[in-house]
Amino acid sequence: MRRALLAVVATAIGLALLLSFKPHDVTGATQPPAALAQTQTSATPAPTSSTSSEGSAGARTVDGDVADTRWGPVQVRISVSGGKISDVQVLQAPNENRRDVEINDRALPVLQEEALSAQSAQIDSVSGATYTSDGYTRSLQSAIDRAGL
Amino acid sequence: MTRHVEHAMGTVFSFDVRDADPDATASTTARADDATAGAVARAVAWLHHVDAVFSTYRPDSAISRLGRGEIELSGCPPEVAQVLSLCAQAEHDTNGYFTIYPGGRLDPSGLVKGWAIEEASRILSEAGARRHCVNGGGDIQLGPGPSPWRIGIAHPARPGALCTVVTGHDLAIATSGSAERGPHILDPHTGRAADALLSITLVGPRLTAVDAFATAAFAMGDAARDWVEETSGLEAFAVTASGDTWRTRGFPAL
Repeated sequence: MRRALLAVVATAIGLALLLSFKPHDVTGATQPPAALAQTQTSATPAPTSSTSSEGSAGARTVDGDVADTRWGPVQVRISVSGGKISDVQVLQAPNENRRDVEINDRALPVLQEEALSAQSAQIDSVSGATYTSDGYTRSLQSAIDRAGL
Repeated sequence: MTRHVEHAMGTVFSFDVRDADPDATASTTARADDATAGAVARAVAWLHHVDAVFSTYRPDSAISRLGRGEIELSGCPPEVAQVLSLCAQAEHDTNGYFTIYPGGRLDPSGLVKGWAIEEASRILSEAGARRHCVNGGGDIQLGPGPSPWRIGIAHPARPGALCTVVTGHDLAIATSGSAERGPHILDPHTGRAADALLSITLVGPRLTAVDAFATAAFAMGDAARDWVEETSGLEAFAVTASGDTWRTRGFPAL
């Protein structure tokens, strides 16, 4: 696993992204850290109807809208059981996006340990950097609102 | 239980109102639901009113016209003077890190949304719906009714993941960061984009101050830690650009 990750990071673009993540190398306001770039959108989301289905043992799943990011479509699915989120799956994520996430994993080792998954946290709502209406469609809060927990 | 999602002010507001008394009879619950629905409708109308008065994206808003010098303060709705005075207080409390002129023109947006949400929360409480969570674009006011709310704090670099969870009620939670809209928060003392933190979450009693302070604390960077420790009723959790996290002593995380 570690070797595979290193192989990804060792690509030229990977190194460039990793370096640009260091705060000292961030050059002014027009150059966001690469690790954050993946969450910005430049395109309007393509709304699709959400689907909700009952599974066994009272669990059900809710799919978020497909959000068109500049890296490609992103879509998440949450599973709800007993009125709480029991699982979060990424249904669609562009490859470039995945590579960014892997590089983040290397660049943020401390954070990785502290990161909680939404499924174990049983949350009612989410606080985060202010999202736009577009950003909302791919947010965890949007999935919670859809599920009507 | 009532839920409502409303698009306003360029973002999305999520209302979550829980039943006041789970043991109430059906007719009592139905009356409470009617009262709650009416209160949510009034809160939503309030948000759109605030948008019309304070939007810097609308050239005809009172704040835009005031900024261009076309009207005086006396020609604005009374909320404008109230907000400007709250902004002046925030600027004072944050040693100038909160500013009403971010980017050089009159723009109280850093305070208006939190203030609007706090007021929406008050509208719900006064209608008897005291157990509620109002989330506007990631900034939250929890109502005074006892309820074990669990609020996830979004991980600034990993979409869908959380970095901590805050629990409580009668509480305001605001997070500032560059994850959603890029490095848009300037340090007013240097004019440069603040980049020491990936995100900072502040927790306090009321969202007007907590939201404005969160923006200011992000601009302060790591110096925010001492400032929050010295500010009564305020706690903070931050993720730094190097991936470390820190929290003030009273931060109500699990």
